[in-house]
Amino acid sequence: MKALRNYLDKIKPNFEEGGKFHAFQSVFDGFETFLFVPSKTAKTGTHIHDAIDSKRIMSIVVISLVPALLFGMYNVGYQHFRATNTTGSFIEMFAYGFLAVLPKIIVSYVVGLGIEFVVAQWKKEEIQEGFLVSGILIPMIVPVDCPLWILAVATAFSVIFAKEVFGGTGMNIFNVALITRAFLFFAYPTKMSGDAVWVSGDSIFGLGQSVDGLTVATPLGQAATTGSVPAFNMDMITGLIPGSIGETSVIAILIGAVILLWTGVASWKTMISVFVGGAFMAWVFNAIGMENNTMAQMPWYEHLVLGGFCFGAVFMATDPVTSARTERGKYIFGFLIGVMAIVIRVLNPGYPEGMMLAILLMNIFAPLIDYCVVQGNISRREKRAIKSNQ
Amino acid sequence: MGQLFSKKNKEVFSAPLGIDNPVTVQVLGICSALAVTAKLEPAIVMGLSVTVITAFANVVISLLRKTIPNRIRIIVQLVVVAALVTIVSEILKAFAYDVSVQLSVYVGLIITNCILMGRLEAFAMQNGPWESFLDGVGNGLGYAKILVIVAFFRELFGSGTLLGFNILNYEPIRNIGYVNNGLMLMPPMALIIVACIIWYQRARHKELQEESN
Repeated sequence: MKALRNYLDKIKPNFEEGGKFHAFQSVFDGFETFLFVPSKTAKTGTHIHDAIDSKRIMSIVVISLVPALLFGMYNVGYQHFRATNTTGSFIEMFAYGFLAVLPKIIVSYVVGLGIEFVVAQWKKEEIQEGFLVSGILIPMIVPVDCPLWILAVATAFSVIFAKEVFGGTGMNIFNVALITRAFLFFAYPTKMSGDAVWVSGDSIFGLGQSVDGLTVATPLGQAATTGSVPAFNMDMITGLIPGSIGETSVIAILIGAVILLWTGVASWKTMISVFVGGAFMAWVFNAIGMENNTMAQMPWYEHLVLGGFCFGAVFMATDPVTSARTERGKYIFGFLIGVMAIVIRVLNPGYPEGMMLAILLMNIFAPLIDYCVVQGNISRREKRAIKSNQ
Repeated sequence: MGQLFSKKNKEVFSAPLGIDNPVTVQVLGICSALAVTAKLEPAIVMGLSVTVITAFANVVISLLRKTIPNRIRIIVQLVVVAALVTIVSEILKAFAYDVSVQLSVYVGLIITNCILMGRLEAFAMQNGPWESFLDGVGNGLGYAKILVIVAFFRELFGSGTLLGFNILNYEPIRNIGYVNNGLMLMPPMALIIVACIIWYQRARHKELQEESN
């Protein structure tokens, strides 16, 4: 650590005003503050500093995503070997998945951070760290067959139009990773939905087999198209089902949730209320029991474990920037996400999955919810004050 | 003759094409800009129709401006515009039926285009017929210009064609994995392209930027 610090101090003058690498000043600053807590302090006024700044928060979120990501890599391999009827060891499956997912992670980071660096240098600001999390979330919420150039276009679109135009990290109205997915979903529907994209049919560096026209449906897709509810089984919990790369395993996501809650980064209020809202709405649909609508007949616990519900509830809905910030608002925000996700799944025949649209929709309403909660609090206290004065 | 193309008249004509564009600066006529720009051809026809209607409505109202009672001026303007829209709509049906079908209700809805009423109220009611004519043509072309730019990008990247001619839908391009962008065909993308044009224009012309507080 000491050697690293000394090295950074040694090269630092090169990046300052007049140094030869001044054009990369924001890049250097970004890496330096990522590695070490910045030594700069405010000169005026009274400030309270928390030991944990936003770069540290981002790192914790990334760590909490690792279990789901690793499992996702294994599952990509597992699904490929299963669909092509070949046998493979655990290592082979993981290596296959690793090689399939790694390019997506690289593309997402290179494109997203590249734009961030350019903007930071242009506006003469520090690099904003928000993309650390979005960059890892983006590859985890796309199907394995999503082409890299499409991923790059979508990442660039969402970083520019969902984030930079609003003023950068912390100012965005919508979750950046979800805007990427929404862009992909509406711009390239054939690459993002249907039966042909969830399991990779290519061989990578000699691993696996190359198969043309491989189609495997996700359980939700099955329920929406075939008209029969897939039976509940353990694979839905462990995550050995086809789906977007990081979203399948409930267990891996739960490990992430524990890390997030234990470190206090995410709010348990939002998380719990998403699940309560989803369970409630699914139960309502079960009780109504619509004929000819498989999604309505699907039991509530299956709704909660399938698709992106868990992933969205744990990692997307709790995004501190785009979710409600008042404590009571978090309950309302989360509950409505759960309700909307199930409503979209059941009542919209076009989209078997509703989590993405539900979270984006509620992102719009988060400031309104906060406003109502704050105003409610003000008027309640006012009434109390008037009462006690009488 | 010299007076017809005086400096002031030239500016009346050219301002709407540039720094006083009805779509990007005054932000009028947005809804038809979203609706008809999925393809280049209807966008051009729509732009021309609006240009013709704005120009002649401006001339007619300008000629009548001293006789129109102030209280009922809006209804008089509407009658003139409605008559012109009907004529244009009939001409389109007769000579360009396919485009007229594609444009569907949006030809009729030119009546409610804010640019038209805006020009009649703000310009034709105070100025002579020749200036009004120039102003109408300028504003119509300013509107058409934005429509064509938006439609160019939407048709090229959304359908891979331009004016119906195949540009990107060839086997070699498909084989390297290129896919048309479906979002381009939806109205939200038109709004984003218009926003990009506004962004570009404001970055170039500092005088358009509001004071930030």
